[in-house]
Amino acid sequence: MSLELMKGNEAVAEAAVRAGVVAYFGYPITPQTELLEYMARRMPELGRAFVQAESELGAINMVYGAACTGHRVMSSSSSPGVSLMMEGISYIAATEIPMVLVDVMRGGPGLGDIAPAQGDYYQIVKGGGHGDYRTIVLAPASVQESVDMTVLAFDLAEKYRCIVFVLSDGSIGQMMEPCELPPMQPLKTSFPDWAVNGAEGREKRVLTSINLDPQGQEDMNFRLLERWQEVEANEVRYKEYFMEDAEYVVAGFGSSGRIALSAVRAARAEGIKVGLIRPITLSPFPKQVFANLPDRIKGMLVVEMNAGQMLEDILVNTQSRIPTEFFARLAGIVPYPDEVLNEIHRMVEGPIPTEGHPRDRWLKRALAERSRS
Amino acid sequence: MPLKGRIDVNEKYCKGCELCVSSCPQEVLALATDHINAKGYHPAVMVAEGCTGCGICSIVCPEAAITVFREKSGASRIPA
Amino acid sequence: MAINELEMDTLVYQRPEALADIPTHYCPGCTHGVANRLIAEVIDEMGIREKAIGVASVGCSVFTYNYLDIDFVQGAHGRAPAMATGVKRVLPERVVFTYQGDGDLASIGTAEIVHAATRGENITVFFVNNGNYAMTGGQMAPTSLPGQKTTSSPNGRDVETQGYPVRVSEMFATIDGASYIVRRSLHDAKSIRQAKKAIRMAFETQVRGLGFSMVELLSICPTNWGMKPLDAVSWLEEKMIPYYPLGDYKVHPALAEIKL
Repeated sequence: MSLELMKGNEAVAEAAVRAGVVAYFGYPITPQTELLEYMARRMPELGRAFVQAESELGAINMVYGAACTGHRVMSSSSSPGVSLMMEGISYIAATEIPMVLVDVMRGGPGLGDIAPAQGDYYQIVKGGGHGDYRTIVLAPASVQESVDMTVLAFDLAEKYRCIVFVLSDGSIGQMMEPCELPPMQPLKTSFPDWAVNGAEGREKRVLTSINLDPQGQEDMNFRLLERWQEVEANEVRYKEYFMEDAEYVVAGFGSSGRIALSAVRAARAEGIKVGLIRPITLSPFPKQVFANLPDRIKGMLVVEMNAGQMLEDILVNTQSRIPTEFFARLAGIVPYPDEVLNEIHRMVEGPIPTEGHPRDRWLKRALAERSRS
Repeated sequence: MPLKGRIDVNEKYCKGCELCVSSCPQEVLALATDHINAKGYHPAVMVAEGCTGCGICSIVCPEAAITVFREKSGASRIPA
Repeated sequence: MAINELEMDTLVYQRPEALADIPTHYCPGCTHGVANRLIAEVIDEMGIREKAIGVASVGCSVFTYNYLDIDFVQGAHGRAPAMATGVKRVLPERVVFTYQGDGDLASIGTAEIVHAATRGENITVFFVNNGNYAMTGGQMAPTSLPGQKTTSSPNGRDVETQGYPVRVSEMFATIDGASYIVRRSLHDAKSIRQAKKAIRMAFETQVRGLGFSMVELLSICPTNWGMKPLDAVSWLEEKMIPYYPLGDYKVHPALAEIKL
């Protein structure tokens, strides 16, 4: 087991290479440009395809074309660039072909900043492109998880003929941590029976996302829905920490989950019986874990680096059974573990209101805090 | 003797656009006046002698509806 | 006469194999049908049916994949050159081409087509120029002529407020990555014969690894020009060709040796 000290973005790139990615198409955007630059060097070394496209729009369409051939292909971008890709994402989803996309989130909306944020949750998890489709979304919180989830992404994408996102953020992309890379997988030599790669010795195939006949379009939608049922039944992933006897629970994904874990450990050291739930698959969402929280849970704190997006998915599953508070830093500002610990203390001191929305209470506190300083 | 030719217009495809009619150097084509095809178009038909099998109609036809034949040279001189 | 005429006849021309036995959705007289047929003929002649992969675009061209008996993928509006890049980069031995109209190539897709050419992508592009957005009902296109009436320039294209038409072949001749840039027309037998040679030459450019090839094909659109096909042919000759002269705008030296 050999560990290498790698930057998150580069580790993801190498993990994809080891997973047998044959083509990378991308465009520079901070804070993920290292991924593109790593691929620019590495792919030609291996005789694989690399193109820096004219824009993210060009890149996603190059991925679309290459994905139609049944090969393993990917792109990566950051929030504003991913917005540009939304058209292509809808088309790829409708064409029912596999693809892996890495979004290294930064502060938004708009051109924003280049610091870490989690503001793309709705866009990525609920689908930012038009129409009914779902994608699998994996949320790493470390360089090792980024590596593991990149490899998993390719396998899941092929298994379910869908798009898989690796939803990272600027800090995970930029940080350097030891990680173990997977062994180099051989490239695929056999391709699925939908692959468009030249009608050699067979009838022609057409991959398209247009169905002028609404019945055909409805049929496609039902195929997507049925496949999604399979995904929901089989691919939910999450991590739990200190939940066996927890009376309070903190929830967060990616970096906010990791920061919350530090706060939870500190709280445990003080004797507070608090645990952490960190979803790994944001889609399919680990609904049951939240729906089945035991009665001894007296309160929940959701921590995010956005204005409460995963919060909504949690609330809908706890059905307001559990008094819930929310804490956030936005737009590229990363919370400290101490800030989260303060929130845990406040929650434990209680009482936690059960009327009103946790986001509104947070906003009131945050605005008051801002006007004091 | 000029070569003789003939054409077949596949009425399934013809849309009565008349591009072949106007392109034919021998002016042997016209749109049928006595029948229409399944889509309601008057298909092109040969209405006169003089086709040389030049193939110009098949070149301009947007629907590839026309098959062109030319007599093998000398065939018309073989006695019955 | 007792001679069986059928046995004595030489077949001069029949529908190409690579053209599917399906009536097209194109309007009567629309030269998309001619372009599709010529591409099918060249695919037959070059024997590349099993190697060809078409990238369909959006417009009247959108159903081209129904008419050619080869593998096809469907792109988003304007994105076909990017999609073709994706396909060709992972399958370099295949013959990859796009088939695009004015809006797709010269409006929404301008970035994608220019960069496919500047990168010298070894793909082939067929650009069908009929001076309007036909599928959506005849709006003004970047290729509509000054004074041309369309549904979004009802008083005729006013260059003051609606700009000038774009001459795609001339622009692309300036790009180093482009290897075969020509403009042909589909309005009469002579021009169609020359168009077919250009289509063949464009595929030869790709097959010989010489770089980016594009054939601009001036086409009639009787429905949206509001004319019978025969009148549309005259309009193309009298109005479009002076603005969009036919010719070879860039030809890689290695192509000059090929005799067709």
